[in-house]
Amino acid sequence: MDAFEKVFEAKLEAEEKIEPKDWMPEKYRKTLIRQISQHAHSEIVGMLPEGNWITRAPSLRRKVALLAKVQDEAGHGLYLYSAAETLGVERATLLDQLHEGKAKYSSIFNYPTVSWADIGAIGWLVDGAAIMNQVMLTRASYGPYARAMVRICKEESFHQRQGYEIMMTLSNGSEEQKAMAQDALDRWWWPSLMMFGPSDKESTHSAQSMAWKIKRKSNDDLRQQFVDVSVPQAEYLGLKIPDDKLKWNEERGHYDFGEIDWDEFWNVIKGNGPCNEERLAARVKAHEEGEWVRDAALAYAEKHSNKQKVEA
Amino acid sequence: MSNKNWPLWEVFIRSKSGLHHLHAGSLHAADADMALANARDVYTRRNEGVSIWVVESKNIVANDPSKSEEFFEPASDKVYRHPTFYEMPDELSHI
Repeated sequence: MDAFEKVFEAKLEAEEKIEPKDWMPEKYRKTLIRQISQHAHSEIVGMLPEGNWITRAPSLRRKVALLAKVQDEAGHGLYLYSAAETLGVERATLLDQLHEGKAKYSSIFNYPTVSWADIGAIGWLVDGAAIMNQVMLTRASYGPYARAMVRICKEESFHQRQGYEIMMTLSNGSEEQKAMAQDALDRWWWPSLMMFGPSDKESTHSAQSMAWKIKRKSNDDLRQQFVDVSVPQAEYLGLKIPDDKLKWNEERGHYDFGEIDWDEFWNVIKGNGPCNEERLAARVKAHEEGEWVRDAALAYAEKHSNKQKVEA
Repeated sequence: MSNKNWPLWEVFIRSKSGLHHLHAGSLHAADADMALANARDVYTRRNEGVSIWVVESKNIVANDPSKSEEFFEPASDKVYRHPTFYEMPDELSHI
């Protein structure tokens, strides 16, 4: 171990943050770029399934809330791309990787939002699962990532509440509305559990990420935590979680739950989910159709700065 | 496709009068006006600020962290700059 590496390890040991200009192992840098950019991509791809319902929200109250939530997701993407850029990579490069299908984003966004209740279920479960992961990441060893997470967690709490409120309204509504809420829970429950990633046995990056203190809890521990908090929330709604093996285990002090369909999990990751192609196509289209705006803004800025130089 | 990217800007926000501007994060913008507008839209969506500074990241000069020990060394052995260095009798007050 050379002197630089010793300083790096000592900082991790002392719970000091690693900052952009500090020396860090190349693998640590690469792992962070991969993880933070995937996280950023997930934020902006995550705008698509929900954006689908903005024009059809059932009331103005719901519409402004959803609009604000989707706008937040764009902001979260920005914070995260900025954090990644401190590691010496350009945002444009990361976006190219996403658009060329070389980068991953959270598989959850490859499922369709077919009813309004899905917006409720996403806020409650998908944002709930994301918060659990992100609260852990506020303690990540890389300073800019941890700081972005603090900011995101503060904003994310409203997302989950607006989702749960939608679920409450539907659950207390007509039989049809209650059935809609149950149907959304049935479809989103398992994909939400999959958000925590492969089981600890299968997770290739986990051990190293924990040693580097990027991650503080294992995938399975976070998943268990999520199940434990979600069950009473579902009960309050009077909805049934679609898992026959779900049962309180007095001895463990946790809920036991059934096995995830890992074939489905890997299949969606590999690009065969219901909406993989559609999501990527929508991203590429938005990026390409925005090109003239980016170019025009740059041309205007250049022209303006030339003019100032002439006047000076 | 255009190969030129919008430059990077650093954003500093005063959360309320009487407090310093603090670094909030960064963003890309074509020019200063856009950087200010974007900073408002992403960093003060919930009344987090009453004043914003933006500065292009390339204009920030920073010390080299790998040499920070010698850079900050002049202050490390000057305990007499702190009030606790001076011994005062217990019976004395307001000092």
